[in-house]
Amino acid sequence: MSIEGMFGARIGSVIRGWTDKITEINQKYATPRIKMSRGVKIALLFLRLYLVLLVVLLCYKFWTLLT
Amino acid sequence: MDFGSTFFYKYRRFVKALKIYLLLAGPGLIVMLADNDAGGITTYTVTGAKFGYGLIWFLLLLLPVAYVVQEMTVRLGAVTKRGHAEAIFDAFGSFWGWFSFLDLALVNWLTLITEFIGMTAALSIFHVPPVITIIVVSIVMMLMVLQGRYWTWEKIAILFAALNLIYIPAAFLVHPSISEVINVGLIPHFPGGFNGTLFFFLMANIGTTIAPWMIFFQQSAVVDKGMKEKDIPWGQMDTLIGSAFTVIVAIFLVVVTGTVLYGSEVESAAQAAAIMMGTNPWLGTFIAIGLFDAGFLGAICISLASSWAFGEVFGWAHSLNLKIREAPWFYACYLFALVSAGTVVLTPNAPLVLITLFVQVIAVTLLPAALVFLILLLNNEEIMGKYRNTTLQNIAGATIVIAIIALSTLYGITTLFPELIA
Repeated sequence: MSIEGMFGARIGSVIRGWTDKITEINQKYATPRIKMSRGVKIALLFLRLYLVLLVVLLCYKFWTLLT
Repeated sequence: MDFGSTFFYKYRRFVKALKIYLLLAGPGLIVMLADNDAGGITTYTVTGAKFGYGLIWFLLLLLPVAYVVQEMTVRLGAVTKRGHAEAIFDAFGSFWGWFSFLDLALVNWLTLITEFIGMTAALSIFHVPPVITIIVVSIVMMLMVLQGRYWTWEKIAILFAALNLIYIPAAFLVHPSISEVINVGLIPHFPGGFNGTLFFFLMANIGTTIAPWMIFFQQSAVVDKGMKEKDIPWGQMDTLIGSAFTVIVAIFLVVVTGTVLYGSEVESAAQAAAIMMGTNPWLGTFIAIGLFDAGFLGAICISLASSWAFGEVFGWAHSLNLKIREAPWFYACYLFALVSAGTVVLTPNAPLVLITLFVQVIAVTLLPAALVFLILLLNNEEIMGKYRNTTLQNIAGATIVIAIIALSTLYGITTLFPELIA
């Protein structure tokens, strides 16, 4: 079913406009401009691991609050 | 040339340089004084009440920290003519772009709520109802941006930033012992020994020095102002003067609370102002006005940083030099941020304390990424050309960035798990 069918013509067209815009942005920036040297790769890997650690800590905090 | 001619020549040169500086001053001065926002003022107030003058030496260390990080945004903005959000999308692709952008939007919105909390708390000391504060502040903030010129907005913002200096006369009102300030404050030591509480305060003071919105705000402001590569030295001087002011304001506030409230259990700047109103109404008034101004400055910069980022990412027109009909989405974002944050503050039983704590945790998720991207971008020759970081700048930048990441992460974790420092 199309977006317009799910949400109605008016809201559907707004949602479609946004999704099209996000797709356009993703395509525009699909390829990182910066050269992926070893240093850049290490820095980005560090950031990914750092974010995973923070998400784990936040989930743990949430779990301790619930229990 | 005789002495008189030489003096006159140097005087004319100085006046000319001052005029150029006053034309180009702005982003660095505003962002640095806005750095002492409601949260920052609260941190310095409580630091003074808890440790007296004992941590003034540590505040001095924040000057190079603030300068080194923010100076990089000046060069990046002047060379690329892009804001930080757009620069991240362009250089690192859509995954990191969306992460930074969405995290910034969230953390800015939450921080904006804390600025409104600070402003309403400050004016409640003068019996101004929160609803009036929020409505009037929102109208003033909208009028500031709707006049259609970046230059005018900037000069009005500088006037409000100057009000941040109110803590300097406030310090003279409390007649501190200068020798004690110098002997206790300027000699590095850990008052009461190095313990969990002290470490928490050191982290809090570092945490308030560099916030994610500052990086995004200054870079976008440099672009909107139209600064070029040749203006970089002026932008650097602007940032250095701003960094000095931010530390001076922090020190004078610590002197005030360290003199009057040392040993008291104070939890916020508004509480400190209320206590001082009982003993010295002038002092209480100064502290309350300073807190209000801090929240106001923070609010104008944070809401603009978000609006600029939205414009950069979605490709909308995004400049204070444009009228509403030329950049409707830019101003709509700005208005939405103000109205939604104000509504949350006015909502009965809203979890405002939780939001204040949550800000610190969410900011920690964005700050390392923003700082690491800044260093990587500043080292890219293709992007920066001859303006890329030198070895010395990289050593200073990397050291400071690693220290900020480590301390702000620990600060965020101890906010989540306070039992760690108990």
